[in-house]
Amino acid sequence: MKIRKFDTKVQHLKYKVLRSVARHAWAGDLMEHLIDIPKELVPGKHATMRCCVYKERAILSERIKIAMGQGEDDSNVIEVIDIACDECPQGGYVVTETCRGCLAHRCEDVCPRGAITFDEKQRAIIDKSKCINCGKCANVCPYSAITNRTRPCEKACKIGAISSDPEYGNAVIDNSKCISCGACVYQCPFGAITDRSYILEVIDLIKKSQSEGTKLYAVVAPSISSQFTYAKLGQVVTGIKKLGFYSVVEAALGADIVADLESRELVEKGFLTSSCCPAFVDYINKQFPTLVPYVSHNFSPMVQISKYIKETTENAKVVFIGPCTAKKKEVKQPKAREWVDSVITFEELQALFDSRDIDISSLEETSLDNASYYGRIFARCGGLSDAVAQAMREHGEVDFNLKPIVCDGIEQCKAALMRAKVKKLDANFIEGMACTGGCIGGAGVLTHGEKNKAEVDSYGREAFEKSITDAISVLDKDKIK
Amino acid sequence: MKVTVCIGSSCHLKGSREVVETFRRLIAENDLKGKVELGGTFCLGNCVNGVCVDVDGKTFSVTPETAEEFFSNNIKGKC
Repeated sequence: MKIRKFDTKVQHLKYKVLRSVARHAWAGDLMEHLIDIPKELVPGKHATMRCCVYKERAILSERIKIAMGQGEDDSNVIEVIDIACDECPQGGYVVTETCRGCLAHRCEDVCPRGAITFDEKQRAIIDKSKCINCGKCANVCPYSAITNRTRPCEKACKIGAISSDPEYGNAVIDNSKCISCGACVYQCPFGAITDRSYILEVIDLIKKSQSEGTKLYAVVAPSISSQFTYAKLGQVVTGIKKLGFYSVVEAALGADIVADLESRELVEKGFLTSSCCPAFVDYINKQFPTLVPYVSHNFSPMVQISKYIKETTENAKVVFIGPCTAKKKEVKQPKAREWVDSVITFEELQALFDSRDIDISSLEETSLDNASYYGRIFARCGGLSDAVAQAMREHGEVDFNLKPIVCDGIEQCKAALMRAKVKKLDANFIEGMACTGGCIGGAGVLTHGEKNKAEVDSYGREAFEKSITDAISVLDKDKIK
Repeated sequence: MKVTVCIGSSCHLKGSREVVETFRRLIAENDLKGKVELGGTFCLGNCVNGVCVDVDGKTFSVTPETAEEFFSNNIKGKC
């Protein structure tokens, strides 16, 4: 079978665990074989990842638990596997042995805090009590002798939810701060932080739909257009149906509904933040309580379309398939729980395909066309604002002067929210996307590619419906209020 | 009478929006608003023969071109 393209070997390892768990779940013998899986994946005798095969297997046992949806704390879906954490060095900027004790001392000149002194061999020493970690010394050193010892997880977490355990040194997530965006999951080079998987729930839903006659819908995020690059989107849709789903619907149609409703809500309220990105909404709830009333009251596109499906179809069940780890947390909340039965990522979908030996590149294509161009471009940064502007044009709204601010990644979200908090933001609509690039930059995608944005735009242009109004006109108006 | 038009991908590409629009117009023109409950659903499970229209539990195949005639024969006439 073709080797799947993932960005990293950590993703590939996670995928292998998910695939094994899924294979046994389909066969109905998972519980009997639970203790065999680590040895299946690491047959030995030589270690390839850690100090010995026994540690590798011990870590795999932990990965299996998480792949089965188990975890330490149900308030989050992101977990640190303590024994997998390499306790990376930390402490900020340090001078390494590469320092040659030169005469120029550019590091000293550029340091804004006078934190650099020299030993008897003219080698630099950083006074940690003065250093502010600005990195200027590292930038000017001609020998690249100054390095920044920051843990990749802490560096990835722009909201400061990760620290190290004072006693053991392993990474610890503060669940009261974590927004489950998954940035640390994607960045940890040891795969020590991972997102809980609900593939067993999905396999169960598929089995039940066959035995009990429920109609199982897959709602797929528009960022799917930039994924599964070895096959056509229509083949991915056929693959999903082959897994046992009754039908596949675009979450982007939910986005069309959201654009329509959000543009009206914005005109009514005068200032609004988007509510599509669950990590962004979680961030406002946790860090900017005074701005909570300004978060759009609309459902997210995922919930919006799932609600519609359930309200118009008897015995319907819905699984959302997307790029996002935070959606796994969103779905536990009362606003979503009723309408969405489970959430998996594209990584997990790939594992499910392969657990059933479904080679999607050999399948015929099935059409997927429910949404407009505007609903589809929600997948990339800026798309939501474009869609809200379009909805206003379609409503004939001429009096309202839309001034959106597009926040690409949680750092930009933070900057805009801080200004909004003190009423100094020169905008009346905040589009907040926690992942850089928007949903296409999510932690649950197979690959993060430079072409992803272009793929989403081109998928948008292929939409049968050219306007938001036309796309949502087939829906029962009373059910999308 | 309950009329459900399939708005799944396949039927959508075959013109379910136009079928819905035609039905809506004819319901209004014939003053059948209280009698016909028009709805949309994702997939009636017969994608090959779309646009699928379900009238009180029975599934028919309709196209944008035949929508008006279908309405007269199977909806208006049976209300």
